[in-house]
Order: sequence, then C-alpha cells, then structure tokens
Amino acid sequence: MKKTKLTPQKVRHIAKLAGLTLSPSEVKKSQKQLSGILDYVEILQRVDTKKVEPTSQVTGLKNVLRKDKAEKCLTQKETLANASEAKSGFFKTKSVKEKWS
Amino acid sequence: MELNELTITQALKGLKEKKFSAVELARTCLARIKKVEPKINAFITVCEKKALNQAQKADKARQQGSQSPLLGIPIAVKDIFSTSGIKTTAGSKVLANYLPVYDATTVKKLKEAGAVIIGKTNLDAWAHGSSGENSDFGLTKNPWDLSRVPGGSSSGSAAAVAADMCLAATGTDTGGSIRLPAAFCGVVGLKPTYGRVSRYGVVAMASSLDAVGHLAKNVTDAAIILNITAGKDLLDATTPPRAVPDYSQNINQPIRDLKIGLPKEYFIKGLNSKIKQSLVVALAKMEKLGAKISEISLPHTKYALAVYYIIQPSEVSSNLGRYDGIRYGFPRNKFTDEAKRRIMLGTYTLSAGYYEAYYLQAMKVRTLIKKDFEDAFKKVDLIITPVSPDLPFKLGEKVDNPLKMYLSDIFTSTANLAGVPALSLPVGLVDNLPVGMQIIGPQFAESLILQAGFACEKAINLCQEKPKL
Repeated sequence: MKKTKLTPQKVRHIAKLAGLTLSPSEVKKSQKQLSGILDYVEILQRVDTKKVEPTSQVTGLKNVLRKDKAEKCLTQKETLANASEAKSGFFKTKSVKEKWS
Repeated sequence: MELNELTITQALKGLKEKKFSAVELARTCLARIKKVEPKINAFITVCEKKALNQAQKADKARQQGSQSPLLGIPIAVKDIFSTSGIKTTAGSKVLANYLPVYDATTVKKLKEAGAVIIGKTNLDAWAHGSSGENSDFGLTKNPWDLSRVPGGSSSGSAAAVAADMCLAATGTDTGGSIRLPAAFCGVVGLKPTYGRVSRYGVVAMASSLDAVGHLAKNVTDAAIILNITAGKDLLDATTPPRAVPDYSQNINQPIRDLKIGLPKEYFIKGLNSKIKQSLVVALAKMEKLGAKISEISLPHTKYALAVYYIIQPSEVSSNLGRYDGIRYGFPRNKFTDEAKRRIMLGTYTLSAGYYEAYYLQAMKVRTLIKKDFEDAFKKVDLIITPVSPDLPFKLGEKVDNPLKMYLSDIFTSTANLAGVPALSLPVGLVDNLPVGMQIIGPQFAESLILQAGFACEKAINLCQEKPKL
C-alpha cells in the first residue's frame, strides 16, 4: 500500500482553499494526521466498482418539488438579527474585489 | 422515586391524574440539574425561566382540557437544533453568540405537542466526535463513571437522560452520534431512517448521512417521541411523503418467529468479550420469546468506516463553508482542531484531481454496503450487533489519536451509509458500565425495531439500575 505524504505546502494550500489559517505547529500536526487518515481510506482502492453506480440519495427520492408559490419567510429585521454588521437593511461586509485584487 | 426519574409514560399518567403539576415536574428536573450539573456538564444552556413559563402554560392547558401528547414533559434539546430566542452553539465557539430567530421543525413539533424545553445539551463541536471531548464548552462526563467519556456527539443529551436531568432528549446521528452515547450512558437511542424526521433548522454536518432522532429512558418513550417528530416537512426535501404509523400502538406485539441475523463481521476478535457475553444473554431471552436467530454476512463491512471517513468530511467541508462570520456567528478562526481536520480532509478529497479517487469511489462502495443490507433483509427481519466494540473509555484516552477515535464508529456508521433505522438498547452492565445492543431494520421499519426493542427490554428487565451520583 502506498504511503500518503502531504507536504507542508500541500497542507497550507488545502487550508487556504478551506479559508482556514494554520499555525506552523498545526501544519506539522495536520501533515501527520491527514496523511494517516488518507492511508487508512486507501483500502477502498481495492474494491472493484466498475459496474457500480454511486449512492448519493439513500432512500431513492428524486426531484422533490413544491408549488411555485411564495411561502412565509423571515423578515428583514429577523434576517439581520445576528449580522456582525448591518447597514440600511443589508449585511455589511468587506469588498470582495479588494480581497482578491 | 423523584419526579425527574419518571419515564414519559409514567409522568403523563401522573399529570393526568393530577398527582403533580408540570411546574413541579420541571422544578424537580431543574433542581436535579443544579445538583449534578457541576459534576457532569451536560448542558450548554439551562432554560430555567422559559421552562417554568412553558410548564405553567402546560398546566393551564391541561386544566382547559388539552390532551397534547407531551403536555408538560421536560425535554432537553441537543444544542445543534435551532431554538428561537435560545442560544444555539452547535458546541462551537463560532456560534457562541448565535440567537436563532426560528425553531427547527423538530423543536417546533415538540413544543406544539406540549413539551417543556428544559435546556440545550452539550456536544462535540459541530457534532464531530465520538466522546464529547471536542466540545468548545468543556467536556461532558459519563454519569456512571466520571473518569470516562459519555460517548459522542450527543454527549450531553445522553448524560442528561441517564442522570435524570430531563425525561428525554433530542439528538442527531451522522455516524453513531445518538447510538454510541446512548450505549455508553445506558439509555435508549433511536436513529430513524434517513429522512424520516425533518432536519430543518439543525446545523448540518454531512447532508447525505444526517439523521435526527432522540434518547429516552425506555423503548416506549422512544416510540412516543417518534410519533411526534416523524413525517413530511416541506422545509426538508429529504422527508418522503410516506404515512407515519402509530409507533406506540403495536409496540407490544409478540416477536415469535421474528428472524434475527447476526452479521459475523460485527462479532470479531476486537470485540470486548464481556460485551459479547451481554449480547448473548439478551439474544437468548429473545430466542426464548420465539425469535429465530441465525448468522448472516454483510461482506463489505470492512470498507464502511473508510467510506464514512471520506463522505462525511467531504460533506462537512461543504456545509461548514457557509460560516463566514458575516450573517451570523464569528469568523472562521474560531474553528477548533477536529472541525479544522475534517474541513481540510474534505477539501482535499473533493478537490480537482482527487474527487473521483476519493468521494466518487466512496459513494460507489456505499452502494455495495447498502446492497449488503438489502440482501440481508431478504433473509432476516432484523439485524442485531453490538453498538461499540468496547466499554466507555477513559477521558483523554483517544484525544491525541484521531484515527483511533474514529474507530469508535465502526459498528454504527454502516446504518447511516445504508440509510436504515437503528436502535441502541441497554442490555446490561459490565464492570458497572452500560452495554448497548444495536437493532437494525430495513428502511422505514422503525415499528419493527421498536417492537423488538420493547420485547427485549421487558425480557431483560434491567431493574431500573441508575448511575450513583
């Protein structure tokens, strides 16, 4: 069985994708722990699934629809009740553009 | 016997006969919480004022002739169910200040049935854990032995029911989070079929696996609660438009000629021999009642935990992606170790180039595991297994080894993968620690597993043994 070895760069990249910040010691710990778990799940590569369909909805429900009719929903005040910052009835947040430029 | 020690059935009888009031019942539970909570830490929030208020209303409603099925019954709610006006943390500091503006469907239904919400119970943060030790609000201790874990993630719910701080409690189960703590604390835990109970308003963990259920003092009470919580909900598309039977009505049906299968893959070398012995005794009693027991095989069992530990973190990473600290809660730097671990694992297994090898392959093996159960249920009516390979372990014993901790779910995660209902039933004490037996049925066969559980519970007659606190 091949051993998974996540590099520190890889771990930091995953953390960045997930919007998480890791300390150097967390990077080191994650390298070891995530690699260990990935080694464990490697066992699945041995299963022949060429003719097997994936299961995503386990009770077999398909295309659950409801009438296209507006239902009762939260008021603007309720929606904003837990916002860290709100202004003029909107959530206030940092500019997304700024973040990525 | 104190009022807080009553079962729901007993309490309802007392309330109807005016032997005591709902306020007295709530007060007794609150007094019990005050007394034992410093030792156990089962609650994140105790709703003293609100509970007494609800109890007063219940008493009034009863005077006016109300027959609501849970009128005046104190129930604890796992702190992962949204409760309007009551802080809902999911055990995480990310949601330490979150005050929902609506009730989860299950909470709404329980309240409409007259239940008194006594408090919000502790859990592993985001329901990630098998021991309760991952809570950001301090760990919960096992009422039977304060040096041991209560099991997780519904750690507080199980401990609160076991220590008679409430009459029953809600829980969620993604890979064993109701059944394992129920087994470790010696109470009944029910994980219904996927979609049988609405998950609306419950903080999502892994959406293709999450089930809402509950923990109770006996099987009869578990049926009473399911009667209220089960059913179609327009707000949760996974709830099918399938009729809800009366789960209490036929619960005392004889189990004569019931075919029970024991999967050989669950009775393995690593299983604690004393746990096995407790199950043998319980099974012998069921056999005496006329059940037919045979060995069966669920051949893909050995892959189940690996499938679970790909699908679950993948879906966790997706669900926890929404926490941005903008609309509610604190920013992502408040996530603690286990959530970070699962988010990263899931982010990795879902990322470009790895999706097919991990998530898709896991979903295909999941099909094989589901088929194992379907094949088995062509031969037997029910499947019985242990809930856990071992007794409640010591606090701190597994915290530094995530893989070892994950192995606690080895006998429980299969039911979530197959979407089938499963009951955890206390069947005895070993070294003064509770042992749980798992009864698994086909999808939507809750009535049958409750019948079998009821018969077995009656036959074993555990003499109402309680933890000494």
